Amino acid sequence: MGVDAFEIVINVVKLLVIFLMMIQAVPILVWVERRGSAFIQNRFGPNRVGPLGLLQLLADAVKFLFKEEFLPRKAVRFLYYAAPVMALVPGALALAAIPLGPPIEVSAFELFGQRWGPYVFKLQGYDIGVGIVFILGVSSLGAYGLLMAGWGSASKYSLLGALRASAQMISYELALGLSLVGILLVYGTFNFYEIIAQQQGPLSFSWFGREVVGPWWLPNWGVFYNPVGMILFAASTFAEANRLPFDLPEAEGELVAGFHTEYGGFKMLMFYIGEYGHMIVASSLLAIFYFGGYGIPGLPVEVLEAKIAAGTSLGPTGVSVLTSVVSHLALLVKLGLFLWIFIWVRWTLPRFRYDQLMDLGWKSMLPWALANVVVTAVWLLLANSK
Amino acid sequence: MNALFAVILLAIIVVTFGALLLVVSGMLGPKRQPSPVKDMPYESGLPGQETKDTKVSVKFYLTAILFIIFDIEIVFMYPWAVTYLDSVKAGTGGYLLGAMGIFIALFVIGLIWEIKSKALEWD
Repeated sequence: MGVDAFEIVINVVKLLVIFLMMIQAVPILVWVERRGSAFIQNRFGPNRVGPLGLLQLLADAVKFLFKEEFLPRKAVRFLYYAAPVMALVPGALALAAIPLGPPIEVSAFELFGQRWGPYVFKLQGYDIGVGIVFILGVSSLGAYGLLMAGWGSASKYSLLGALRASAQMISYELALGLSLVGILLVYGTFNFYEIIAQQQGPLSFSWFGREVVGPWWLPNWGVFYNPVGMILFAASTFAEANRLPFDLPEAEGELVAGFHTEYGGFKMLMFYIGEYGHMIVASSLLAIFYFGGYGIPGLPVEVLEAKIAAGTSLGPTGVSVLTSVVSHLALLVKLGLFLWIFIWVRWTLPRFRYDQLMDLGWKSMLPWALANVVVTAVWLLLANSK
Repeated sequence: MNALFAVILLAIIVVTFGALLLVVSGMLGPKRQPSPVKDMPYESGLPGQETKDTKVSVKFYLTAILFIIFDIEIVFMYPWAVTYLDSVKAGTGGYLLGAMGIFIALFVIGLIWEIKSKALEWD
Protein backbone atom coordinates (compact mmCIF):
# COMPACT_ATOMS: atom_id res chain seq x y z
CA MET A 1 0.00 0.00 0.00
CA GLY A 2 2.72 2.42 1.00
CA VAL A 3 4.62 1.66 -2.18
CA ASP A 4 1.50 2.13 -4.31
CA ALA A 5 0.67 5.47 -2.72
CA PHE A 6 4.28 6.56 -3.25
CA GLU A 7 4.12 5.50 -6.93
CA ILE A 8 0.87 7.38 -7.51
CA VAL A 9 2.03 10.56 -5.79
CA ILE A 10 5.34 10.66 -7.63
CA ASN A 11 3.64 10.04 -10.97
CA VAL A 12 1.02 12.71 -10.42
CA VAL A 13 3.75 15.20 -9.52
CA LYS A 14 5.70 14.18 -12.61
CA LEU A 15 2.69 14.62 -14.89
CA LEU A 16 1.95 18.03 -13.37
CA VAL A 17 5.55 19.16 -13.78
CA ILE A 18 5.68 18.08 -17.44
CA PHE A 19 2.38 19.79 -18.19
CA LEU A 20 3.53 22.97 -16.46
CA MET A 21 6.81 22.79 -18.38
CA MET A 22 4.81 22.94 -21.60
CA ILE A 23 2.63 25.83 -20.39
CA GLN A 24 5.72 27.55 -19.01
CA ALA A 25 7.63 27.31 -22.28
CA VAL A 26 4.93 29.21 -24.16
CA PRO A 27 5.60 32.74 -22.81
CA ILE A 28 9.31 32.26 -23.48
CA LEU A 29 8.66 31.01 -27.01
CA VAL A 30 6.24 33.83 -27.76
CA TRP A 31 8.88 36.28 -26.54
CA VAL A 32 11.51 34.62 -28.73
CA GLU A 33 9.10 34.66 -31.64
CA ARG A 34 8.29 38.36 -31.27
CA ARG A 35 11.85 39.46 -30.61
CA GLY A 36 13.16 37.12 -33.29
CA SER A 37 10.73 38.37 -35.89
CA ALA A 38 11.64 41.93 -34.95
CA PHE A 39 15.32 41.07 -35.33
CA ILE A 40 14.69 39.49 -38.75
CA GLN A 41 12.57 42.41 -39.91
CA ASN A 42 15.02 44.99 -38.55
CA ARG A 43 12.78 46.53 -35.87
CA PHE A 44 12.69 46.48 -32.07
CA GLY A 45 9.80 44.27 -30.99
CA PRO A 46 8.45 44.35 -27.43
CA ASN A 47 11.16 45.97 -25.28
CA ARG A 48 9.28 48.07 -22.72
CA VAL A 49 7.94 45.67 -20.08
CA GLY A 50 10.74 44.29 -17.93
CA PRO A 51 14.33 43.64 -19.03
CA LEU A 52 14.45 43.08 -22.82
CA GLY A 53 10.64 42.97 -22.84
CA LEU A 54 10.68 39.59 -21.10
CA LEU A 55 7.65 40.41 -18.96
CA GLN A 56 5.51 41.41 -21.95
CA LEU A 57 3.72 38.06 -22.03
CA LEU A 58 2.98 38.23 -18.31
CA ALA A 59 1.35 41.59 -18.88
CA ASP A 60 -0.55 40.17 -21.84
CA ALA A 61 -1.77 37.20 -19.84
CA VAL A 62 -3.11 39.47 -17.11
CA LYS A 63 -4.83 41.57 -19.73
CA PHE A 64 -6.32 38.44 -21.33
CA LEU A 65 -7.76 37.40 -17.96
CA PHE A 66 -9.69 40.65 -17.66
CA LYS A 67 -11.27 40.56 -21.11
CA GLU A 68 -15.04 40.46 -21.57
CA GLU A 69 -16.55 37.07 -22.28
CA PHE A 70 -17.86 36.77 -25.83
CA LEU A 71 -20.14 34.24 -27.48
CA PRO A 72 -21.14 34.81 -31.10
CA ARG A 73 -24.78 34.61 -32.08
CA LYS A 74 -25.79 31.13 -33.32
CA ALA A 75 -22.62 29.64 -31.82
CA VAL A 76 -22.84 26.10 -30.49
CA ARG A 77 -22.08 26.90 -26.88
CA PHE A 78 -20.51 23.61 -25.81
CA LEU A 79 -18.27 23.26 -28.88
CA TYR A 80 -17.26 26.91 -28.72
CA TYR A 81 -16.01 26.60 -25.14
CA ALA A 82 -14.68 23.05 -25.41
CA ALA A 83 -12.48 23.76 -28.45
CA PRO A 84 -9.72 25.77 -26.71
CA VAL A 85 -9.58 23.20 -23.89
CA MET A 86 -9.36 20.43 -26.48
CA ALA A 87 -6.48 22.28 -28.17
CA LEU A 88 -4.36 21.81 -25.02
CA VAL A 89 -4.82 18.05 -24.83
CA PRO A 90 -2.76 16.58 -27.73
CA GLY A 91 0.41 18.54 -27.00
CA ALA A 92 0.37 17.73 -23.29
CA LEU A 93 -0.41 14.02 -23.76
CA ALA A 94 2.28 13.62 -26.41
CA LEU A 95 4.94 15.52 -24.48
CA ALA A 96 4.48 13.32 -21.41
CA ALA A 97 5.36 10.21 -23.45
CA ILE A 98 8.74 11.64 -24.50
CA PRO A 99 11.83 10.74 -22.46
CA LEU A 100 13.48 13.99 -21.36
CA GLY A 101 16.64 12.36 -20.01
CA PRO A 102 18.12 9.01 -19.03
CA PRO A 103 16.37 7.31 -16.08
CA ILE A 104 17.70 8.16 -12.62
CA GLU A 105 18.63 5.07 -10.66
CA VAL A 106 18.11 5.63 -6.95
CA SER A 107 19.91 2.96 -4.93
CA ALA A 108 18.40 1.58 -1.74
CA PHE A 109 18.63 3.80 1.36
CA GLU A 110 17.25 4.06 4.90
CA LEU A 111 14.87 6.81 5.93
CA PHE A 112 12.50 7.14 8.92
CA GLY A 113 13.73 3.73 10.09
CA GLN A 114 12.40 2.09 6.96
CA ARG A 115 14.21 0.63 3.99
CA TRP A 116 13.37 2.18 0.64
CA GLY A 117 14.07 -0.14 -2.20
CA PRO A 118 16.07 0.71 -5.29
CA TYR A 119 13.90 2.85 -7.53
CA VAL A 120 14.19 3.85 -11.21
CA PHE A 121 12.90 7.36 -11.78
CA LYS A 122 12.16 8.02 -15.44
CA LEU A 123 12.21 11.57 -16.76
CA GLN A 124 9.02 10.82 -18.62
CA GLY A 125 5.33 11.06 -17.75
CA TYR A 126 4.53 7.50 -18.76
CA ASP A 127 6.51 4.88 -20.61
CA ILE A 128 4.38 3.39 -23.38
CA GLY A 129 6.03 0.53 -25.22
CA VAL A 130 4.88 1.73 -28.65
CA GLY A 131 5.73 5.36 -27.80
CA ILE A 132 5.86 6.80 -31.30
CA VAL A 133 2.56 5.24 -32.39
CA PHE A 134 0.91 6.70 -29.31
CA ILE A 135 2.38 10.14 -30.00
CA LEU A 136 1.28 10.13 -33.64
CA GLY A 137 -2.19 9.03 -32.61
CA VAL A 138 -2.58 11.63 -29.91
CA SER A 139 -1.21 14.48 -32.04
CA SER A 140 -3.83 13.86 -34.69
CA LEU A 141 -6.48 14.56 -32.06
CA GLY A 142 -5.52 18.19 -32.68
CA ALA A 143 -7.77 18.18 -35.74
CA TYR A 144 -10.80 17.76 -33.43
CA GLY A 145 -10.00 20.94 -31.53
CA LEU A 146 -9.77 22.91 -34.76
CA LEU A 147 -13.00 21.46 -36.19
CA MET A 148 -14.84 22.08 -32.93
CA ALA A 149 -13.68 25.70 -32.99
CA GLY A 150 -14.67 26.16 -36.63
CA TRP A 151 -18.09 24.58 -36.34
CA GLY A 152 -18.82 25.92 -32.88
CA SER A 153 -18.32 29.60 -33.63
CA ALA A 154 -20.80 29.61 -36.54
CA SER A 155 -18.79 31.98 -38.69
CA LYS A 156 -17.88 31.19 -42.25
CA TYR A 157 -14.27 32.23 -41.84
CA SER A 158 -13.90 29.94 -38.86
CA LEU A 159 -15.52 27.06 -40.67
CA LEU A 160 -13.38 27.48 -43.79
CA GLY A 161 -10.24 27.76 -41.67
CA ALA A 162 -11.14 24.65 -39.72
CA LEU A 163 -11.90 22.65 -42.85
CA ARG A 164 -8.64 23.69 -44.43
CA ALA A 165 -6.76 22.93 -41.24
CA SER A 166 -8.16 19.45 -40.85
CA ALA A 167 -7.69 18.57 -44.53
CA GLN A 168 -4.10 19.79 -44.34
CA MET A 169 -3.36 18.00 -41.07
CA ILE A 170 -4.61 14.64 -42.30
CA SER A 171 -2.83 15.01 -45.65
CA TYR A 172 0.53 15.70 -44.06
CA GLU A 173 0.02 13.02 -41.46
CA LEU A 174 0.54 10.48 -44.25
CA ALA A 175 3.96 11.89 -45.12
CA LEU A 176 4.75 12.23 -41.40
CA GLY A 177 3.91 8.63 -40.62
CA LEU A 178 5.65 7.28 -43.69
CA SER A 179 8.84 9.30 -43.19
CA LEU A 180 9.25 7.67 -39.77
CA VAL A 181 9.00 4.17 -41.24
CA GLY A 182 12.41 4.70 -42.85
CA ILE A 183 14.14 5.49 -39.59
CA LEU A 184 12.27 2.73 -37.72
CA LEU A 185 13.71 0.27 -40.25
CA VAL A 186 17.19 1.39 -39.21
CA TYR A 187 16.55 1.07 -35.46
CA GLY A 188 14.19 -1.90 -35.45
CA THR A 189 12.40 -0.81 -32.26
CA PHE A 190 9.63 1.47 -31.01
CA ASN A 191 11.25 2.06 -27.62
CA PHE A 192 12.61 5.59 -27.26
CA TYR A 193 15.34 4.60 -24.79
CA GLU A 194 16.67 1.92 -27.15
CA ILE A 195 16.51 4.32 -30.10
CA ILE A 196 18.56 6.89 -28.20
CA ALA A 197 20.97 4.22 -26.90
CA GLN A 198 21.63 3.12 -30.49
CA GLN A 199 22.63 6.67 -31.41
CA GLN A 200 25.39 6.95 -28.79
CA GLY A 201 29.03 6.58 -29.70
CA PRO A 202 30.77 7.21 -33.02
CA LEU A 203 29.16 6.54 -36.39
CA SER A 204 29.34 2.81 -37.00
CA PHE A 205 27.53 0.51 -39.40
CA SER A 206 28.16 -2.68 -41.30
CA TRP A 207 28.81 -2.43 -45.02
CA PHE A 208 28.78 -5.74 -46.90
CA GLY A 209 29.94 -7.61 -43.84
CA ARG A 210 32.64 -5.05 -42.95
CA GLU A 211 32.26 -2.93 -39.82
CA VAL A 212 32.84 0.76 -40.56
CA VAL A 213 33.57 3.06 -37.61
CA GLY A 214 33.80 6.83 -37.98
CA PRO A 215 35.94 9.30 -35.99
CA TRP A 216 35.06 9.70 -32.29
CA TRP A 217 33.49 13.13 -32.74
CA LEU A 218 31.01 12.06 -35.42
CA PRO A 219 27.96 10.78 -33.53
CA ASN A 220 25.93 7.77 -34.62
CA TRP A 221 22.88 9.94 -35.36
CA GLY A 222 19.86 8.87 -37.35
CA VAL A 223 20.18 11.84 -39.68
CA PHE A 224 23.25 10.26 -41.31
CA TYR A 225 21.28 7.10 -42.11
CA ASN A 226 18.10 8.77 -43.26
CA PRO A 227 18.59 12.41 -44.32
CA VAL A 228 15.62 12.38 -46.71
CA GLY A 229 13.39 11.06 -43.96
CA MET A 230 14.61 13.83 -41.66
CA ILE A 231 13.74 16.56 -44.17
CA LEU A 232 10.31 15.04 -44.88
CA PHE A 233 9.59 14.62 -41.19
CA ALA A 234 10.60 18.19 -40.38
CA ALA A 235 8.54 19.61 -43.25
CA SER A 236 5.42 17.67 -42.33
CA THR A 237 5.67 18.68 -38.67
CA PHE A 238 5.53 22.29 -39.85
CA ALA A 239 2.25 21.45 -41.57
CA GLU A 240 0.98 19.51 -38.55
CA ALA A 241 1.63 22.45 -36.26
CA ASN A 242 -0.02 24.84 -38.76
CA ARG A 243 3.09 26.98 -38.97
CA LEU A 244 4.24 29.02 -41.92
CA PRO A 245 4.80 28.19 -44.76
CA PHE A 246 1.82 25.89 -44.15
CA ASP A 247 -0.36 28.22 -42.06
CA LEU A 248 -3.26 28.20 -44.53
CA PRO A 249 -5.80 27.60 -41.73
CA GLU A 250 -5.20 31.12 -40.46
CA ALA A 251 -4.10 32.86 -43.63
CA GLU A 252 -4.95 36.36 -42.46
CA GLY A 253 -5.12 37.76 -45.98
CA GLU A 254 -7.97 35.44 -46.96
CA LEU A 255 -9.60 34.11 -43.82
CA VAL A 256 -9.13 36.92 -41.24
CA ALA A 257 -7.74 34.54 -38.61
CA GLY A 258 -9.07 31.14 -39.65
CA PHE A 259 -10.53 28.86 -37.04
CA HIS A 260 -9.94 31.25 -34.14
CA THR A 261 -11.55 34.30 -35.76
CA GLU A 262 -14.27 34.46 -33.10
CA TYR A 263 -11.98 33.79 -30.16
CA GLY A 264 -10.38 36.37 -27.93
CA GLY A 265 -8.72 36.70 -24.55
CA PHE A 266 -7.61 33.57 -22.80
CA LYS A 267 -9.42 31.27 -25.19
CA MET A 268 -7.18 32.41 -28.02
CA LEU A 269 -4.11 32.10 -25.81
CA MET A 270 -5.05 28.46 -25.21
CA PHE A 271 -4.97 27.81 -28.95
CA TYR A 272 -1.48 29.28 -28.97
CA ILE A 273 -0.43 27.04 -26.09
CA GLY A 274 -1.65 24.09 -28.14
CA GLU A 275 0.29 25.22 -31.19
CA TYR A 276 3.52 25.74 -29.27
CA GLY A 277 2.99 22.42 -27.50
CA HIS A 278 2.83 20.81 -30.91
CA MET A 279 6.09 22.51 -31.88
CA ILE A 280 7.80 21.32 -28.71
CA VAL A 281 6.68 17.74 -29.32
CA ALA A 282 7.80 17.90 -32.96
CA SER A 283 11.21 19.27 -31.98
CA SER A 284 11.73 16.57 -29.36
CA LEU A 285 10.78 13.85 -31.84
CA LEU A 286 13.22 15.35 -34.34
CA ALA A 287 15.92 15.30 -31.66
CA ILE A 288 15.15 11.73 -30.57
CA PHE A 289 14.88 10.12 -33.98
CA TYR A 290 17.51 11.99 -35.93
CA PHE A 291 19.83 13.87 -33.55
CA GLY A 292 20.67 11.47 -30.74
CA GLY A 293 18.00 12.53 -28.21
CA TYR A 294 19.63 13.49 -24.91
CA GLY A 295 23.10 12.29 -25.94
CA ILE A 296 26.01 14.69 -26.31
CA PRO A 297 28.03 14.21 -29.55
CA GLY A 298 31.38 12.59 -28.81
CA LEU A 299 30.33 11.87 -25.22
CA PRO A 300 27.93 8.91 -24.89
CA VAL A 301 25.76 8.71 -21.79
CA GLU A 302 27.77 5.83 -20.24
CA VAL A 303 31.06 7.67 -20.75
CA LEU A 304 29.53 10.81 -19.26
CA GLU A 305 28.38 8.82 -16.23
CA ALA A 306 31.84 7.27 -15.80
CA LYS A 307 33.49 10.70 -16.07
CA ILE A 308 31.13 12.20 -13.50
CA ALA A 309 31.75 9.24 -11.16
CA ALA A 310 35.52 9.67 -11.52
CA GLY A 311 35.53 13.47 -11.26
CA THR A 312 33.28 13.89 -8.23
CA SER A 313 32.89 12.19 -4.87
CA LEU A 314 29.17 11.49 -5.19
CA GLY A 315 27.46 8.19 -4.46
CA PRO A 316 25.86 6.15 -7.25
CA THR A 317 22.53 7.99 -6.82
CA GLY A 318 24.18 11.41 -7.06
CA VAL A 319 26.11 10.37 -10.18
CA SER A 320 22.90 9.15 -11.79
CA VAL A 321 21.08 12.38 -10.95
CA LEU A 322 23.91 14.54 -12.31
CA THR A 323 24.14 12.47 -15.52
CA SER A 324 20.42 12.81 -16.02
CA VAL A 325 20.48 16.57 -15.49
CA VAL A 326 23.41 17.11 -17.88
CA SER A 327 21.77 14.90 -20.54
CA HIS A 328 18.48 16.71 -20.05
CA LEU A 329 20.26 20.03 -20.66
CA ALA A 330 21.74 18.58 -23.88
CA LEU A 331 18.21 17.72 -25.03
CA LEU A 332 17.03 21.22 -24.12
CA VAL A 333 19.81 22.77 -26.23
CA LYS A 334 18.73 20.70 -29.23
CA LEU A 335 15.07 21.57 -28.58
CA GLY A 336 15.90 25.26 -28.42
CA LEU A 337 17.75 25.05 -31.72
CA PHE A 338 14.86 23.32 -33.49
CA LEU A 339 12.30 25.68 -32.01
CA TRP A 340 14.37 28.61 -33.23
CA ILE A 341 14.37 27.04 -36.71
CA PHE A 342 10.55 26.82 -36.51
CA ILE A 343 10.44 30.55 -35.76
CA TRP A 344 13.14 31.45 -38.27
CA VAL A 345 11.28 29.68 -41.10
CA ARG A 346 8.03 31.39 -40.19
CA TRP A 347 9.53 34.83 -40.72
CA THR A 348 11.51 33.87 -43.83
CA LEU A 349 9.29 31.88 -46.19
CA PRO A 350 6.07 33.06 -47.85
CA ARG A 351 2.84 31.08 -47.59
CA PHE A 352 1.78 28.39 -50.08
CA ARG A 353 -1.39 28.52 -52.13
CA TYR A 354 -3.91 25.88 -51.04
CA ASP A 355 -3.72 23.67 -54.15
CA GLN A 356 0.08 23.87 -54.08
CA LEU A 357 0.00 22.78 -50.47
CA MET A 358 -2.15 19.73 -51.15
CA ASP A 359 -0.11 18.87 -54.24
CA LEU A 360 3.09 19.04 -52.23
CA GLY A 361 1.68 16.76 -49.57
CA TRP A 362 0.10 14.10 -51.75
CA LYS A 363 2.05 14.15 -54.98
CA SER A 364 5.51 15.05 -53.80
CA MET A 365 6.15 14.25 -50.15
CA LEU A 366 4.17 11.01 -50.03
CA PRO A 367 6.01 9.41 -53.01
CA TRP A 368 9.36 10.65 -51.67
CA ALA A 369 8.64 9.15 -48.28
CA LEU A 370 7.68 5.87 -49.94
CA ALA A 371 10.87 5.89 -51.99
CA ASN A 372 12.80 6.57 -48.79
CA VAL A 373 11.26 3.48 -47.20
CA VAL A 374 12.07 1.25 -50.17
CA VAL A 375 15.63 2.54 -50.55
CA THR A 376 16.31 2.16 -46.82
CA ALA A 377 14.97 -1.40 -46.81
CA VAL A 378 17.06 -2.40 -49.85
CA TRP A 379 20.14 -0.70 -48.43
CA LEU A 380 19.74 -2.50 -45.09
CA LEU A 381 19.42 -5.82 -46.93
CA LEU A 382 22.51 -5.17 -49.06
CA ALA A 383 24.65 -3.72 -46.27
CA ASN A 384 23.95 -6.59 -43.89
CA SER A 385 24.50 -9.35 -46.47
CA LYS A 386 27.79 -11.16 -46.42
CA MET B 1 1.57 2.74 -12.32
CA ASN B 2 -0.39 1.61 -15.32
CA ALA B 3 0.42 3.76 -18.36
CA LEU B 4 -3.21 3.96 -19.47
CA PHE B 5 -4.21 5.21 -16.05
CA ALA B 6 -1.50 7.88 -16.24
CA VAL B 7 -2.68 8.98 -19.70
CA ILE B 8 -6.27 9.35 -18.49
CA LEU B 9 -5.05 11.16 -15.37
CA LEU B 10 -3.07 13.65 -17.44
CA ALA B 11 -6.03 14.20 -19.76
CA ILE B 12 -8.19 14.97 -16.71
CA ILE B 13 -5.55 17.37 -15.35
CA VAL B 14 -5.31 19.20 -18.68
CA VAL B 15 -9.06 19.49 -19.18
CA THR B 16 -9.54 20.69 -15.61
CA PHE B 17 -6.80 23.28 -16.06
CA GLY B 18 -8.36 24.54 -19.28
CA ALA B 19 -11.88 24.66 -17.86
CA LEU B 20 -10.58 26.45 -14.78
CA LEU B 21 -8.90 29.09 -16.95
CA LEU B 22 -12.16 29.64 -18.85
CA VAL B 23 -14.15 30.00 -15.63
CA VAL B 24 -11.60 32.32 -14.00
CA SER B 25 -11.33 34.58 -17.03
CA GLY B 26 -15.13 34.62 -17.25
CA MET B 27 -15.41 35.71 -13.62
CA LEU B 28 -12.64 38.30 -13.68
CA GLY B 29 -13.65 39.99 -16.92
CA PRO B 30 -16.32 42.70 -17.17
CA LYS B 31 -19.91 41.54 -17.25
CA ARG B 32 -21.06 40.35 -20.64
CA GLN B 33 -23.04 43.04 -22.43
CA PRO B 34 -24.54 41.44 -25.53
CA SER B 35 -25.84 43.55 -28.36
CA PRO B 36 -27.08 42.36 -31.77
CA VAL B 37 -24.21 44.04 -33.60
CA LYS B 38 -21.50 42.79 -31.26
CA ASP B 39 -22.72 39.21 -31.34
CA MET B 40 -22.65 38.96 -35.12
CA PRO B 41 -20.05 36.63 -36.57
CA TYR B 42 -17.13 38.56 -38.04
CA GLU B 43 -17.67 39.93 -41.53
CA SER B 44 -15.40 42.80 -42.58
CA GLY B 45 -17.83 45.61 -41.81
CA LEU B 46 -20.86 44.40 -43.76
CA PRO B 47 -23.82 42.56 -42.26
CA GLY B 48 -22.98 38.86 -42.22
CA GLN B 49 -24.81 36.89 -44.86
CA GLU B 50 -23.63 33.32 -44.56
CA THR B 51 -23.37 31.25 -41.43
CA LYS B 52 -22.12 27.82 -40.62
CA ASP B 53 -24.70 26.36 -43.00
CA THR B 54 -22.43 27.42 -45.86
CA LYS B 55 -22.08 24.64 -48.39
CA VAL B 56 -18.83 22.76 -48.02
CA SER B 57 -16.78 21.59 -50.99
CA VAL B 58 -17.04 17.85 -51.47
CA LYS B 59 -13.24 17.78 -51.90
CA PHE B 60 -12.83 17.88 -48.14
CA TYR B 61 -14.83 14.68 -47.68
CA LEU B 62 -12.91 13.03 -50.48
CA THR B 63 -9.60 13.98 -48.87
CA ALA B 64 -10.76 12.50 -45.58
CA ILE B 65 -11.79 9.21 -47.23
CA LEU B 66 -8.49 8.92 -49.09
CA PHE B 67 -6.62 9.72 -45.89
CA ILE B 68 -8.25 6.84 -44.04
CA ILE B 69 -7.30 4.34 -46.76
CA PHE B 70 -3.69 5.44 -47.02
CA ASP B 71 -3.22 5.94 -43.30
CA ILE B 72 -4.30 2.38 -42.57
CA GLU B 73 -1.86 1.15 -45.21
CA ILE B 74 0.93 3.12 -43.54
CA VAL B 75 0.03 1.78 -40.10
CA PHE B 76 0.48 -1.74 -41.49
CA MET B 77 4.07 -0.84 -42.38
CA TYR B 78 5.01 -0.10 -38.76
CA PRO B 79 5.15 -3.70 -37.47
CA TRP B 80 7.05 -4.64 -40.60
CA ALA B 81 9.52 -1.80 -40.04
CA VAL B 82 10.42 -2.84 -36.50
CA THR B 83 10.87 -6.52 -37.30
CA TYR B 84 12.74 -6.05 -40.58
CA LEU B 85 16.25 -5.53 -39.16
CA ASP B 86 16.07 -8.69 -37.05
CA SER B 87 15.03 -10.85 -39.98
CA VAL B 88 17.71 -9.29 -42.19
CA LYS B 89 20.28 -10.36 -39.62
CA ALA B 90 18.65 -13.78 -39.39
CA GLY B 91 18.87 -14.13 -43.20
CA THR B 92 15.17 -13.98 -44.08
CA GLY B 93 15.22 -10.30 -45.06
CA GLY B 94 14.78 -11.01 -48.77
CA TYR B 95 11.46 -12.77 -48.19
CA LEU B 96 10.21 -9.96 -45.93
CA LEU B 97 11.26 -7.32 -48.46
CA GLY B 98 9.50 -9.21 -51.26
CA ALA B 99 6.31 -9.55 -49.24
CA MET B 100 6.34 -5.87 -48.37
CA GLY B 101 7.21 -5.06 -52.00
CA ILE B 102 3.84 -6.46 -53.12
CA PHE B 103 2.08 -4.37 -50.49
CA ILE B 104 4.00 -1.21 -51.45
CA ALA B 105 3.27 -1.89 -55.14
CA LEU B 106 -0.45 -1.94 -54.33
CA PHE B 107 0.02 1.29 -52.38
CA VAL B 108 1.75 2.92 -55.35
CA ILE B 109 -0.91 1.72 -57.80
CA GLY B 110 -3.56 3.19 -55.52
CA LEU B 111 -1.71 6.48 -55.31
CA ILE B 112 -1.21 6.68 -59.10
CA TRP B 113 -4.85 5.82 -59.74
CA GLU B 114 -5.94 8.47 -57.28
CA ILE B 115 -3.75 11.14 -58.90
CA LYS B 116 -4.83 10.09 -62.42
CA SER B 117 -8.51 10.22 -61.52
CA LYS B 118 -7.95 13.86 -60.45
CA ALA B 119 -9.26 13.19 -56.95
CA LEU B 120 -6.71 15.65 -55.62
CA GLU B 121 -7.15 18.54 -58.04
CA TRP B 122 -8.13 21.72 -56.22
CA ASP B 123 -9.53 24.62 -58.18
